Amino acid sequence: MTTLLTILVLVLVAIAIWQMTKIFELSQIKADNSQVANDKDNKYNGYLMFAFLIFIYAITIFSFWKYSKFLLPEAASEHGGEYDSLLLWSFVIIFIVQTITQALLHYFSYKYKGEKGKKALFYADNDRLEFIWTIIPVIVLAGLILWGLYTWTNIMDINDEDDPLIVELYAQQFNWTARYGGGDNVLGGANVRMIDIDRANVLGLDESDPYSNDDVIVKELHLPVGRKVNFKFRSQDVLHSAYMPHFRAQMNCVPGMITEFSFTPSITTEEMRLNPDVVDKVKRTNAIRAEKAANGDPNSDPWEFDYILLCNKICGKSHYNMQMKIIVETEEEYNAWIESQQTFSQLMASMQ
Amino acid sequence: MSATAHAHVDDHAHDHGHHHKETFVTKYIFSQDHKMISKQYLITGLIMGIIGIAMSLLFRLQLAWPGESFPIFEALLGKWAPDGVMDADMYLALVTIHGTIMVFFVLTAGLSGTFSNLLIPLQIGARDMASGFLNMLSYWMFFTSSVVMVISLFVEAGPAAAGWTIYPPLSALPMAQPGSGMGMTLWLVSMAIFIASSLLGSLNYIVTVINLRTKGMSMTRLPLTIWAFFVTAIIGVISFPVLLSAALLLIMDRSFGTSFFLSDIFIQGEVLHYQGGSPVLYEHLFWFLGHPEVYIVLLPALGITSEVMSTNARKPIFGYRAMVASILAIAFLSTIVWGHHMFISGMNPFLGSVFTFTTLLIAIPSAVKAFNYITTLWKGNLQLNPAMLFSIGLVSTFITGGLTGIILGDSTLDINVHDTYFVVAHFHLVMGISALYGLFAGVYHWFPKMFKRMMNKNLGYVHFWVTAICAYGVFFPMHFVGMAGVPRRYYQNTAFPMFDELTDVNILITVFALIAGAAQLVFLYNFVHSIFYGKPTVQNPWKSNTLEWTAPIEHIHGNWEGEIPEVHRWAYDYSKTLPNGDYVLKDQDFVPQDVPLQEEEEELHH
Repeated sequence: MTTLLTILVLVLVAIAIWQMTKIFELSQIKADNSQVANDKDNKYNGYLMFAFLIFIYAITIFSFWKYSKFLLPEAASEHGGEYDSLLLWSFVIIFIVQTITQALLHYFSYKYKGEKGKKALFYADNDRLEFIWTIIPVIVLAGLILWGLYTWTNIMDINDEDDPLIVELYAQQFNWTARYGGGDNVLGGANVRMIDIDRANVLGLDESDPYSNDDVIVKELHLPVGRKVNFKFRSQDVLHSAYMPHFRAQMNCVPGMITEFSFTPSITTEEMRLNPDVVDKVKRTNAIRAEKAANGDPNSDPWEFDYILLCNKICGKSHYNMQMKIIVETEEEYNAWIESQQTFSQLMASMQ
Repeated sequence: MSATAHAHVDDHAHDHGHHHKETFVTKYIFSQDHKMISKQYLITGLIMGIIGIAMSLLFRLQLAWPGESFPIFEALLGKWAPDGVMDADMYLALVTIHGTIMVFFVLTAGLSGTFSNLLIPLQIGARDMASGFLNMLSYWMFFTSSVVMVISLFVEAGPAAAGWTIYPPLSALPMAQPGSGMGMTLWLVSMAIFIASSLLGSLNYIVTVINLRTKGMSMTRLPLTIWAFFVTAIIGVISFPVLLSAALLLIMDRSFGTSFFLSDIFIQGEVLHYQGGSPVLYEHLFWFLGHPEVYIVLLPALGITSEVMSTNARKPIFGYRAMVASILAIAFLSTIVWGHHMFISGMNPFLGSVFTFTTLLIAIPSAVKAFNYITTLWKGNLQLNPAMLFSIGLVSTFITGGLTGIILGDSTLDINVHDTYFVVAHFHLVMGISALYGLFAGVYHWFPKMFKRMMNKNLGYVHFWVTAICAYGVFFPMHFVGMAGVPRRYYQNTAFPMFDELTDVNILITVFALIAGAAQLVFLYNFVHSIFYGKPTVQNPWKSNTLEWTAPIEHIHGNWEGEIPEVHRWAYDYSKTLPNGDYVLKDQDFVPQDVPLQEEEEELHH
């Protein structure tokens, strides 16, 4: 049905364009045929320029009205608040500049549309004007640069203060694995050359390294709220990127090296599910899913909000479906969960 | 220098006009005439453009209606679309080849190749390029690389599919994806030839601009088009060789077992021998070209806009020296900002800070250019020809797309929008659409010079307005898709319920894209039809000042009969008046560059 509709729309558009060109051509028969714009062309296109300015504003307002609810909810990490306000202020500046410059550009195109006999102003330069519009961007950008660099340095300063939880995120085509340091909170040594699939040592942990024994390997990422987490990223095959949009966090996973990122989750999954924006989003999404279910389409089960880890670097055929659920919970819930997991040495023993 | 050069050129001039007979092959195929070569570039570029845009329409269909069966998929993609449903590997291949073709083959060769070739000799007053033979070689290497790229679409395991940036290890290991086999080999071969072609072309442009300017054509009298092509060629010479080294090292990693970019890899149940290489090294090498490439694409478009806008506004370009300084500043900065593509690549965060700084600096010359364009329109007598509309459109998309660069160039803000559709929307507006508009502006404006006939203006208007509306219709909502966190290069978004409600936006975007695609058919019809049946042109249809319009309509080898015109003024004396208020030349609002200074006329130093 949609296909048919689209084809119909396309055909109609094609006919419309064809008819428009016909009309244009017919209206041209009397006029001069030099193919250089005459006063009439200037007039019509000048008006269209003005209309186009309105179109730009209209599509901006329309997009905000219709699509701003799609934006990510409130940041669920401590640095995320700073990120969001820097983003907001950058957008405020962008929209001010965009509104003014587009207005000038299109208004001038309309206002000064050519007429036979009109004289343009010979105006080749003005040092003061040029100085003004060089210095204004310099000042504004200097502010943004300083704020951005300050935030960046804070976010990327990955240290061991405040007893961070150490977690490894391990990427491969096309899934994620997480590894916790266990009781000692230290990750055992690992390398792809020590991978032993038959014995379930899928991450290549060094079995002779005492730090590996209590490591916990899982397929679902649990994080305690309010505790700093230092992530170590590894990849076993191609580039991947660990993208956790709700936490304003992302880092590439690079075969042959360990990359790092750090953040402190600040909102538990349970709390986030009660966030009004998220409640609305879930409601809208489930309405779509209910409709799909009514049509008997697959992939239509009701959805419950969860934080998610996505792969955001092209990695092959199933790149679009490389994900892991993230659960942020209270310290007690986290402790109970990690207690119930098998350690690496238990896993190895069970494989004997 | 100039005295001897000119003497030489003048000597050379005498054997033109009445020279050796040309055969079909030397005139149309292995031509060494820059005007013919520019037409060859344009037509090859347009054909590649048709392929590249058609690919984007195919994958837009998949994005709007994921997993839906379309007969057109089955017809065009064959075994890659069983039952008309696009295969996920083919989706990635289409995205990859679309990017490659549009960036390199259409916007580098098709835009810069066409207009550098056409305009450099004609606007500086030269008989031809410094080396006609190298110029011919450059085109034929471009042609060869195009053919190899097109052939790669038909190999058994599919074309290259690792994204247009072809990051290893994905691009290096055929086990990682089928496209990294023969398809990737051909991609690399094609690009290596392309780089050689681009280098030959660029060296030729640089030498020609430096050595073959006619008498009186000082650097500060050059039209801004020539400044843009000249600086573009310099950036190309500096950065393309680095891409060649990246390609060569990748070829060695793929075929000869070296480990420049690969280390510690376990794939399909076995450990590979690679040890000690780094994919991040590849990223540095790639973006050392990749970022300047953006300006290689954009500067010629801006140069064309400067010329077209000034001519059609009947006003001098505002702030000529500032425009030249901006071009130089952008060119310099463009070579030291590449790291902003790699903020989260695992590179040292301190480097990220440095690249943030240089990247945001580049906004300053860009802003100056935008303001100068706007001021050029102020109090003009705007002749809204199709070329002029595309130039105004370029400034509009350049601003809209450029502003979001402030977000992406900021390492902090990049964290969450990196590699999402926000990036896709940003660069399509700022370099894709803007550069395409520059290409169209150039084609409409110089079509009479190239093909001796005029293009139909009304079809041009339809083409512009439909394209302009659709370009915003496609890329404005796309920013919101990116801000919602949707990664690029996803075959479909159905694996994440959080993206369910974005389906409607994707349908809207695709419908706009399809209409935009249809509008390009209007252009193609107009282009082809006008070559054969367009209205014959007059010598200077746009009443322009630059030297190419002093050359006869009929193309002759050597460009001008007899002497090359001497230049007495800059290119922008539009609507210049004498102290008494009259135009410098009676009843004529423009003063071509070869007109000597008039009595009572004041010479201005711009």
